[in-house]
Amino acid sequence: MKKKLNRIYNILCVIFALVFIAAMLLTVNSLPSIGEPTNPTNNVVSEKYLTDASWETGSLNAVSGMILDYRAFDTLGESCVLFVATIAVFIMLRRDEDSNPNLPTQYLNQSYEDEDDIIFKKTLEFLFPVILCFGIYVIANGHLSPGGGFSGGAIIGAGFILYLNAYGLDKIERFANSKTYLACSVCALLFYGLAKSYVFYVGANHLHSIIPVFADGTIFASGLILPLNIAVGIVVSNTVYALYIMFRRGGFNK
Amino acid sequence: MNYFLSNLPEFVSMVCFGIGFTNLLLNKNMIRKIIGLDIMDTSIYLFLAVKGYIAGTVAPIVTLEEQMVGVNTSLYTNPIPAGLVLTGIVVSVSVSAILLAITVRLYEEFHTLDIDEIIHMVREEDRRAE
Repeated sequence: MKKKLNRIYNILCVIFALVFIAAMLLTVNSLPSIGEPTNPTNNVVSEKYLTDASWETGSLNAVSGMILDYRAFDTLGESCVLFVATIAVFIMLRRDEDSNPNLPTQYLNQSYEDEDDIIFKKTLEFLFPVILCFGIYVIANGHLSPGGGFSGGAIIGAGFILYLNAYGLDKIERFANSKTYLACSVCALLFYGLAKSYVFYVGANHLHSIIPVFADGTIFASGLILPLNIAVGIVVSNTVYALYIMFRRGGFNK
Repeated sequence: MNYFLSNLPEFVSMVCFGIGFTNLLLNKNMIRKIIGLDIMDTSIYLFLAVKGYIAGTVAPIVTLEEQMVGVNTSLYTNPIPAGLVLTGIVVSVSVSAILLAITVRLYEEFHTLDIDEIIHMVREEDRRAE
């Protein structure tokens, strides 16, 4: 009986999915063909961003200028979503003596990395500074070239994961533990929120902002976008590293 | 079928969306359900990226000379879908992380990934508690 019900459910699912796909395909069939400059998506809004973003915000990269200046609170929301998701994962997966007193101690101190891998260690000795420099370059040039806080933060977080795999948890926790994680993330989010609130308050009341925008193509050309990119990069790299360390069992030791 | 060839990426993204949705409905393994959700997310990014594309244009990063004299907007793609895709990626990463964490906890509790069995066990426990 149960098997029969299961089978009917499966057949109904397949039929429903096929009908669903067919309906979507029919809808897509009547959309305007892609790549045309006259499509309704390419309207006055994107034109406004392209023409004005470069001199109003000083950011040559129109996407950076859009997400960190005109729509900056959207990006603040994204950063907060990342932070809250990490905290939720932290609550669910944390293991230490407080959360589970019956946990054997060798389970807590168990190392999941092969710390005697000479080739990996020697390669990373050279590669880790390069990865960090590249991540910082991508973050700092977010308003002049492709990149920004999200991609650069992901690169730095990946570098930290490599370091953890090569040298083990004890070595990396000298500079990346739960205290630095919380301090960096919270400071970055607070700075982002306060700075952007100030700019929006000043802009809405037609006051003079003290943050200069040079718009001359140098690294300091775009006023707040560089600090905001750095804040977003800190939050994203922390999130990438913290999610890895949580899923490798145990979470932070310190 | 008049637009099939010119709208091919949109067709592909819709078919991927359907595949992910079917994955959610048919698979009982929770990890596979999460993979289905990720396929759905990715198909939406493809759809948005295609929506912002304009044939023969480049990424919306203007040059310094254009900043001085005024930007020729017909040379660049639409920057708005790029920002939207960024939001979508962040949200899907967060959702996947939380769902995987819940899956880990459920596996520790019930030693199975099958969602039907987990529901069955929870009901049994409730009945025993009564």
